[in-house]
Amino acid sequence: MKELIQNILDIAKLKKVDYADIRVVHRRTEEIGIKNGKVEAFTSDEDLGFGIRVLYRGAWGFASSSKLTKTEIEKIFGKALNIAKASFRGGGQGVNFPPLSPKVGQYTTPFSIHPLDVAPEEKLNLLLTCEEILRNHKGIKIAEAFMGSYYMAKTFASTEGSYVEQTIVECGAGISATAINDTEMQIRSYPNSFRGNFATKGYEWIKGLDLQSHTERIAEEAIQLLSATPCPSKTTTLILDGSQVALQIHESIGHPIELDRILGTEASYAGTSFIKPEMVGSFRYGSEMVNVVADATYPGGLGTFGYDDEGIPAQRVPIISQGILVNLLTSRETASVLGKESNGTMRADGWNRIPLIRMTNINLEPGEWTLEDMIADTEEGVFLSTNRSWSIDDQRINFQFGTEIGWEVQNGKIGKMIKNPTYTGITPQFWNSCDAIANRNYWQMWGTPNCGKGEPGQVAHVGHGASPARFRNVRVGVMNNV
Amino acid sequence: MIGKDSCLSLLKKIVEYSSADQTEALLLTEDSSLTRFARSMVHQHVAEKNSTVILKVVKNKRIAILTTNRLTPASLKDLVKKAISIAEVQSPNEEFISLPSPQRIPEIDTFHKNIQTLTPKRKVKLLQDLFKIVREKGLEASGSFSNGMVEVAVVNSLGVEAYQRYSDLVLHLIVQNNESSGYSSFVSRNPDQLNIPILADEAILKASKGIPILIEPGEYEVVLEPYAVSELLSFLGYLGFHALSVQEGRSFLCNRFGQKLVDSKVTIYDDGLDPKGLQVPFDFEGIPKQRVVFFEEGVAKSVTYDSFTGHREGKPSTGHALISPNTEGPIPINLFMKEGDSSLDEMIRSVHKGIYVTRFHYTNVVEPMKAVLTGMTRDGTFLIEDGEIKSPIKNFRFTESVLKALSRVSAVSKDRKICSEGTVYSRRFITGIVAPAIKVDGFNFSGVSAL
Repeated sequence: MKELIQNILDIAKLKKVDYADIRVVHRRTEEIGIKNGKVEAFTSDEDLGFGIRVLYRGAWGFASSSKLTKTEIEKIFGKALNIAKASFRGGGQGVNFPPLSPKVGQYTTPFSIHPLDVAPEEKLNLLLTCEEILRNHKGIKIAEAFMGSYYMAKTFASTEGSYVEQTIVECGAGISATAINDTEMQIRSYPNSFRGNFATKGYEWIKGLDLQSHTERIAEEAIQLLSATPCPSKTTTLILDGSQVALQIHESIGHPIELDRILGTEASYAGTSFIKPEMVGSFRYGSEMVNVVADATYPGGLGTFGYDDEGIPAQRVPIISQGILVNLLTSRETASVLGKESNGTMRADGWNRIPLIRMTNINLEPGEWTLEDMIADTEEGVFLSTNRSWSIDDQRINFQFGTEIGWEVQNGKIGKMIKNPTYTGITPQFWNSCDAIANRNYWQMWGTPNCGKGEPGQVAHVGHGASPARFRNVRVGVMNNV
Repeated sequence: MIGKDSCLSLLKKIVEYSSADQTEALLLTEDSSLTRFARSMVHQHVAEKNSTVILKVVKNKRIAILTTNRLTPASLKDLVKKAISIAEVQSPNEEFISLPSPQRIPEIDTFHKNIQTLTPKRKVKLLQDLFKIVREKGLEASGSFSNGMVEVAVVNSLGVEAYQRYSDLVLHLIVQNNESSGYSSFVSRNPDQLNIPILADEAILKASKGIPILIEPGEYEVVLEPYAVSELLSFLGYLGFHALSVQEGRSFLCNRFGQKLVDSKVTIYDDGLDPKGLQVPFDFEGIPKQRVVFFEEGVAKSVTYDSFTGHREGKPSTGHALISPNTEGPIPINLFMKEGDSSLDEMIRSVHKGIYVTRFHYTNVVEPMKAVLTGMTRDGTFLIEDGEIKSPIKNFRFTESVLKALSRVSAVSKDRKICSEGTVYSRRFITGIVAPAIKVDGFNFSGVSAL
């Protein structure tokens, strides 16, 4: 492998390209889905290939193939160079790509039990046991359990002499119960919606989720939701659980601070951002208690790695300090536009995609409150938990979320359950209305394994550390007149 | 491109390796390129070549699905062995009856050889032409220009043998200045149909109408362009037009077949063989596509089936199996809304005070059984007053039941357009929705963008 890589980088240098890199990526994936007593899916995927990125006179080209032979690598290099030349001759891209000292290193996710080494029988047994408890509740029409195990070995090398080998191991699991009557369906999930919670950890992470002890609660809540009161439509105080805060961070902080979006290069698909580069250092994003970091080094986070796909070592970078925007997520190319160095966020979804700026672990630092005190301190409001629906505009400013479940808060106490809760807001107004964040005892990492971006589409695995938080004067109950 | 004989021969060998009760092997090959541009400059230009086998084995009703792109004989033999070992540790799925038996597949040409003329150099040249037109109007262009050649082949141990090659081209265009933006897109299997000036003019027209004004959200009459309509249709397909959602009791069609649920001007169907759309002759189980009507003049009629959901009800597959493992159901991918007798101009003229929507962005489900969706308008949203487009407006957020909206349709356009999202997160297989423009007499906008 090393010889094949060195050969193509030598050829690239002979062709006098500005820069070239190659990534060889081998991925193995196993996913198990149980639904209503049956193994709905037991899949095992293997995927191997390489991608070559070439910068020629300030224009990029990229080509990739699943055929890992010397001849094919040379052919694909030629294709990437051809593409770069076509772009250059068509007006060029004028890419400024400042040189970087070579990065050489290795990284492996720390784990105790490799999730792909665990016997299928053990995994099936855990999932089927949980699913059966859910299904045994009269009123639960769809009982589901899911587990995913992921392995990726990638080698990155560049004409600058960088050579980085990484092995990333991830896994996660979750359960959900759906109650349906003639007119509506209600779902409850644990530990999070959309298949569960995921981490860069071994199978010990799944064991620690303790799925079984949450089955009774979520089944009962799903059934109760069918007869619950609809979420009131009003402007009120909103308390979000940690998992929903995580998604709120993802959509209304994580994406808008991606410098490629800000510079307009994602305009055609995901959109741009309301943030402008000149806002860094002065823009009040949130209230003084809002502190956000991008931390690719946090142990176990789903956005944790050793090096990004440009060979930049993983970093912990302050993004919002005491409410002020202080940094953005950058790459080598985009950081140079601001006269800065990359903070290491370029990642690609496999060998056949180019790296893009992706969130790492975008974490809201814990505050000082207990959740109990936060509720006791709230005269009137709603407490919402577990995402069910999300939508935000192309500049990441107008958002609307729905959660699986909510409760009214009256005179400092949790009141009756509410169904179909929704809330909507404007990003900076919302974060500036944050007046309480729960402390580290309530803080945990949430893995988002489905972050979409780019064309062709790429899915990134990212993380968010969050604890419950309170926001004032938020509009809830958006769909009541629909 | 591997070619029909090589594809089928590879798959037959895999099926022969297998000692399972039933075996199905699917091969997908892709040779594609995608050129992205922003601020009237190409900034990402990528190419990909890949071949993937998806193997399904069934042993004593135990099913395993394995995927690989390592296609050496040794790797494929290991794949079959591993699949059987994974199947053996499972409990049987008693609802599984059988993989499908072979059926005659219609012969349709879905490949245009000129797709191969779209070299990097030619694509950049075409985009330069586009940038020139846009620049002359004081605007900038962003978008993506994607082209591909795809092969799909299916072989199973009951005798199914199907092969099809596809070509495709998708171009999405956003033109913008500091104040506003406009959108247009094109999709076809035939690159010769691409007309850059027409595409550019469509988007430019929407971005050249001045500075967007802020108006209050609320319920308005709306005229929805085909792009916006196609987005709503795709969500109906995902939520309720297929057998799995009905069987699980989560479709908005449950217990409502035969009832009039939307306006009689609304007929929605799926037809992989209709040449007005992006034709697809067979599904990913190698079963020919059937026409399935969901709403006929407003009345709920039927849903799509794959072999598994069909067997549950003793019905044949309608040819709507997706790539295994498919836990979402046999979602229709060749949706059509029947044309009406109106035109966009007539619809606009009939509006007293309303909103013109080019397309929606980041749409998501709020309440599935009522088909309540939320999303933002984007790239061409206008206030219509007294039958005329008056001004661009700040983007609106909608929160609305699609069924309720379709029950208020008062006009449907004669002209329809194939709309495609292009590549999404799975493997390349370009699909399209054929949609008209519609006028809806009451559509709920629940918020407005702050910018």
